[in-house]
Order: sequence, then C-alpha cells, then structure tokens
Amino acid sequence: MSVSDVTSTPEIELRSLDELWFQVAGTVCNLTCNHCFISCSPQNHSFEFLSYEEVNAALQESVEHGVREYYFTGGEPFLNKELVRMLKRTLNFGPATVLTNGTVLKKEWLEELKTAEAESGFSLEFRVSIDGPTADINDPVRGDGTFDRAITGVALLCELGFLPIITMTQTWDDSENLQILESFRTVLKTHGCDRPRLKILPRLKIGAEEKRTEGYQQTERITAAMMQDFDRNQLLCHHSRVVTNRGVYVCPILLETDNAKLGKTLNEALGSFPLSEGACYTCYQFGAICTNSTLRPLESAE
Amino acid sequence: MKLALFGGLYSNYLALGSAIADAQQRNVDAVYCLGDLGAFGPYPDRVFPLLQQHNILCVQGNYDDSIGNELNDCQCGYTDPKDNYFAQISYDYTLANTSDQNKLWLRELPKEIRLQCDGLNILLCHGSPRRTNEFLWESTTSPAFLNRLAGEHDADVIVGTHSGIHWQRELNHGRQYVNVGVLGRPENDGNRNVWYAVISTGKDATPGALLCSVRDLSVPVSVEFIPVRYDHHRLATEMQSERLPDEFLQTVLNGWWTTCLEILPSRERRAGQY
Repeated sequence: MSVSDVTSTPEIELRSLDELWFQVAGTVCNLTCNHCFISCSPQNHSFEFLSYEEVNAALQESVEHGVREYYFTGGEPFLNKELVRMLKRTLNFGPATVLTNGTVLKKEWLEELKTAEAESGFSLEFRVSIDGPTADINDPVRGDGTFDRAITGVALLCELGFLPIITMTQTWDDSENLQILESFRTVLKTHGCDRPRLKILPRLKIGAEEKRTEGYQQTERITAAMMQDFDRNQLLCHHSRVVTNRGVYVCPILLETDNAKLGKTLNEALGSFPLSEGACYTCYQFGAICTNSTLRPLESAE
Repeated sequence: MKLALFGGLYSNYLALGSAIADAQQRNVDAVYCLGDLGAFGPYPDRVFPLLQQHNILCVQGNYDDSIGNELNDCQCGYTDPKDNYFAQISYDYTLANTSDQNKLWLRELPKEIRLQCDGLNILLCHGSPRRTNEFLWESTTSPAFLNRLAGEHDADVIVGTHSGIHWQRELNHGRQYVNVGVLGRPENDGNRNVWYAVISTGKDATPGALLCSVRDLSVPVSVEFIPVRYDHHRLATEMQSERLPDEFLQTVLNGWWTTCLEILPSRERRAGQY
C-alpha cells in the first residue's frame, strides 16, 4: 500500500440493509438544541415530514431487503400527527425504535402504542434525549424548562410499562461519566423508572454544535489505513439507510452533506459511500452510536 | 430424524447431565451442542468428558473461541459497562480453570455444522449464521431478516442459541428459525429449569408439524422445547465455594437474571424482575 493509498478516503459498501430509518419529522423540532448536528428547530424545514403513504411504501419495499428493525427520528417524531399510525403499521413488520425529546408525549398515544406493541410480539423502544441528570446540565443545551418536561415524558412512559432508553450527549469531561450515570439513575428512580437504561453519546461537531463549540479538524478523518482490520459493522452506513422526504440518505447524521443522498428510492441507494466526513470519524471512534445496542465504551467499568 | 439440540452450557455440567439423560429417553438419533461451553458456572472442565463420552458434536461459540485462543475477553457482544463487568469476572474464572487440553479441543471446533435430514438443510450455528456473537432476540428480529438469512445461507432450518431465551419463528415455505435456549442458566422467568430443543423431521415429526416445502420436497418439521430440571441447589453451592459472584447464584436459585441485562431489548427485559 502506497502512502497515498494509506491516507486516501476509504469507501464503505452496504453489507446488508439491517436497519431502515425514517426521517419522519424532517428537520422540524419543537426544541432548538444548540448542539443539534442537523440544526433542527421549529423553523428548519430543510427536510419535511414523511407521509404515512411514504412510510408504508418503504416498509413494503423493506421486506425484500430483509430489514431487521426500523428507527424513527427527526426533528421530533411526535410532531408528525401520523406517527402513531405509522408505528402501529411498522409493528406488523418488525421492531421499532423512536428517538424523541420526550416533551410532547400524550398518554392516549402511548396507550394506543402499548396495545399495538403487545399484539405485535415485537419491541417498541423509546429513546429519550436528555443531556444530563439535572436541569443545570441539560437546559443550557436543550432550552429552558426542557429537563422537567422531558422527565415528565419519561415518567409517563414508565407508568405505561415502557422501559425508555435515556441518551445523553456528553458535554462534560470523561472523568465525570460514572458520577453522571449514577446521579441519573437516582433521579430516574424518583420518577418511577426502577430499571433505568442509560447511554452516553459523543458530540457530533457539525450543524449547531459546530457553532456552539468547534468543528472537526482536518486530521479528524478516517483513512484507508485505519480501516485495516477494523470491524466495519461498527459503522451504521455498513448496514442502514435513511428514508427522507427528499430521498434516501446514507445515515441520519449526514443529512446536510452534499453527497449523502444516495438515491430517490431504496433500490437506488444501495451503493457505497466515501467516509470523508468528520462525523464519520466520531462514528469510527465510538461505534454505530445511533442504534440501541451500542454506546461509548468506558475505560473503567463499575 | 430426531435431533436433540443443546444451547450454551455455561459450565453447568449438572444440567448437561440431566439433559443428556432426558434426550436418551426420547430416543433421539443424535445430540448436538451449539457452543459456549464455559461461563457463569463452576468447574469448566467438567462438561468436556460428558460431551465426549456421549459423542456430542459441538459448534464453536464466541466463548469457546475466546477460551480456546486465550483471548482477553469472552466476545459476548455486550456493549454496556455493567454487562461487561460481570462478563469479565466469569471469563477470567473460566479461562483460569480450563485445562490446556480442553482449550485445544475448543480451538478446533467448527463455526457451524450442516446436516441433511430427510432432504432438508439444517444449519447449526451459535449466534446467527453470519456472525457467531450476534444476538437474535424474538422481539427485535423481523421475519424478513430471518428469511434473508435462510436464503443467503441455504438453510431450511436455522438453529442457534447465544441469547439465552428459547423461541422459534415460521418463515417462508415452512422454513424455520429455532433458538434452542441454553442449559447454562434459567430463562429470566422465575423458574429454575433450563431448556433445550428436540427437532424432528419426516416420519419422526409430531402430529401437526409444520410442512417445509422447498425445492421439490414437502417435509414435516416439529420443534419441541424441553424444560430440564437439575440440582440447582448443588450448582449454587459449588459456585459459592468457587467464589463466583452472589448475583450469579441468585439467578440459579431464583430464575431471574441479575446481570448482563442491558443487552436485553425492552420486551425481554420487562419479562424479568430486574
């Protein structure tokens, strides 16, 4: 391998379509978190809502690809008034996960989903973004009052028998991780969550986060040499695609990247992708952070 | 053809002995083990003579690959530090207490075993046909995905273990996926027994068996999950004397998982107590 080969941008092929994502609320969100990697807000209509018909068509198409599970994200998915209907439909095909900020959940929606989940035999997972165990840590990032509102949503999920996964974007030093986790477990227990499931996620230094702190250095890129002996399954783009109202994208993080749109339909979007972005480097370091089973490894276990 | 399929043993030689006796009573044609011979339980060397005396062919699980090659961890595929903490305790114990001879035996096990039963292709694997340590949970595995695996791996019946809870699913053309559960520890349902599966094809299939219609064949296939009781008090006492964690003992004595819970999907997690 020559020097230019070693430092060149590697391509990653789609191994198989295991997870299908729906950018169901586009980039529209009721919150304006200042670390959002796609800068979602009430005013950001760069991507719009998906319709029930678009989701249903992709579900049907997904069967021939052997999709294993389905993810719903935004923006805030529950702003899409068809979401409950979409999730109920999805549970006929397989398991579903919703990434929500937890602030707009309604009891009647969740009751309906609880019944649908029970009848389906599949898991319906809720991943709720709360960026720390206190309002002091969370609210400067996600907005005033959002900690209390999200915790209310989490308590409602727990009351109905769901086991939400709380994801925190890390805005503190590594050395504080264990303390943060312990503190959050205590907080959640006081809100009726007796089996807290917590994940710490790395910051993605693009979109709003790039303005809040800093962007990626040019050295923070995946090189061909780094891919030698690397388990490609760690990268979401090796086994996922994202359906948006503007076509099918390589991953839910790179929506604003020029070449991330791979086609209009799933069948057009099965090609390879150059791992050229700074965010790819974060995914490389931490594993497929967007899926349920992966989180940042900690140096010292509890 | 009638096959007994054992999942992860996790060093539970007492349950293995009970399961072998049970399978013999059922007049099975052969017994196979799908790997993960060590972990969790005491005295890891004790399962080997039982397997060898009874000619039980084994698939190499992630644990067997790790112990056989003396790797640093079990490759179980856990991603949460709480899960990995307990996994490492049992791994370090198992590695230290497995003989060199048995390590060599583990090292040479096949990654999969393929059988032909009444014309059907039966694929025995550990986690999934494509990855030894892939967890296939009932609540997070779509039929479409299993149909893809069956097609890609040319299998009419896929048989696996690894996740620790038995389940099965009918696929297109009467093909099936079967997770046989494990003999190593109870299933997180408050019962102390463990599980294995008997798969019968052709004339050995039970009445009402599913017809597998592939190529120019139409062969009945029945799957029976067998609960196995064993002296779990004795196992717990031996684990205690080996200074294995009290959390492990509690699982054996009460039937609820106390560790390695973070990997569970919500549905399987909710079925348990912790």
